Amino acid sequence: MTLPLVEQFGYGLDAPICLTWELTYACNLSCVHCLSSSGRRDPRELSTAECRAVIDELERMQVFYVNIGGGEPTVRSDFWELVDYATAHHVGVKFSTNGVKITQEVARRLAASDYVDVQISLDGATAEVNDAVRGAGSYATALRAMRHLAEAGFRGFKISVVVTRQNVGQLDDFKAIADRFGAQLRLTRLRPSGRGADVWDELHPTAAQQRQLYDWLVARGEQVLTGDSFFHLAAYGDALPGLNLCGAGRVVCLIDPVGDVYACPFAIHDSFLAGNVRGHGGFASVWRDSELFAGLRRPQTGGACQSCSAYDSCRGGCMAAKFFTGLPLDGPDPECVKGHGERALSAAPSALAPRPSGDHSHRSRPVGPAGANGPVPVSIGARPPADGGPLAARRPDRGCDESPLAGFRPLT
Amino acid sequence: MSTEAPASGVRAGFDLDRPWQLHPHLSVRPERFGALLYHFGTRRLSFLKSPALLTVVRSLGEAPSARQACRTAGVSEAELPAYAAALQTLASSQMITARVSS
Repeated sequence: MTLPLVEQFGYGLDAPICLTWELTYACNLSCVHCLSSSGRRDPRELSTAECRAVIDELERMQVFYVNIGGGEPTVRSDFWELVDYATAHHVGVKFSTNGVKITQEVARRLAASDYVDVQISLDGATAEVNDAVRGAGSYATALRAMRHLAEAGFRGFKISVVVTRQNVGQLDDFKAIADRFGAQLRLTRLRPSGRGADVWDELHPTAAQQRQLYDWLVARGEQVLTGDSFFHLAAYGDALPGLNLCGAGRVVCLIDPVGDVYACPFAIHDSFLAGNVRGHGGFASVWRDSELFAGLRRPQTGGACQSCSAYDSCRGGCMAAKFFTGLPLDGPDPECVKGHGERALSAAPSALAPRPSGDHSHRSRPVGPAGANGPVPVSIGARPPADGGPLAARRPDRGCDESPLAGFRPLT
Repeated sequence: MSTEAPASGVRAGFDLDRPWQLHPHLSVRPERFGALLYHFGTRRLSFLKSPALLTVVRSLGEAPSARQACRTAGVSEAELPAYAAALQTLASSQMITARVSS
């Protein structure tokens, strides 16, 4: 009687289901894979009043919730005020943090609200693996925040892990940490976006590891969240729980700290810039009238993937992953489980891959953790000195890599 | 049929003859295909795949029974089992809850 839901969503909705909102590019960390190349605050950042106006619009559009990230959103001095403003206006908040501001008092306050959810980023089940990516001390900071939340009685907060070549062997250990704190584990895909473009070759899971990850996820079912970020793995066979669809510009989008609206959180590049919330008509007008979004909502051709038997499952994978590895958008995902992406990559010189449009990385070169054996390459500067040493500055945290469809379950 | 994914609770049966209501933490957003539902307590997103089902769901709170809400919305006897199954799915995910008769 009607189109399958996935097709309905493919043609776009009058308003996003939810969206990612990076509140600031400022961050106390400098994670090597930061999707938004965060570090320094942008002087053009939306003011408190402008943020409130955006929330007013989201309320009118009945956007259910926002995934707030950054940068590290909690370093904004008006962060808690904006969270309160959103929830008072029926816009739920999930925010991603490295945990730096989650004191016992803050944890108690968060535990008291039904309308706020928290995601603590952790990229290694051990300090060694985590800190090689997120910076020295970041493991201890995250664990401290988790302890505070658990002690405050916050059940089911999220522990969000970007799956890498180095931590994919720790999936059971991550699950154990989540169980210990009464939290829920969330695994997401490493994208070659932001500074992630510089480390993707070294950090992204191997083909064998992808298979291992898929089997692990299938066995865990809905116990583990994925932000629907692994839909390219559906080509192995059974779809993973959630919506197996690229929602970019169709059901989700990104608002960045200066109000720019992009198709998705992984695509901060002029090619995916739809407009700015400061423009006439605000966010609603960008969502409804942008030519870029209109294009994304038209039926897509499968391009080179059209003839593949798995196309109905994976739908060609992630647009941003293709874009930032220099692959055509209507071809295979770089991590295509059939191996088509690898072949395409070897034919496409990576020097031609587009660079992210903005870079708010800390200018001072951070120093890697002592004895780090993990890769810490960045776009500028030399490798960290082998003897480690104190951190002069840290790399930005990619606070929120949330697919705004996280937790989506087509029920009725 | 309004159910995209078979739900585990469907076989348990749905009590069409008692009053029901939307969960107070549920937000309902009409869409061309029906509606999107978001439950702020469980943080679950779901959807109604037809405008008729939306009419039923919206009228549950005032109707003396789910059966009456379906009738008023023009649901035929033949369609009733499908609606009961859809409502059961909503009940099993706490989107709707049993209401104490007043």
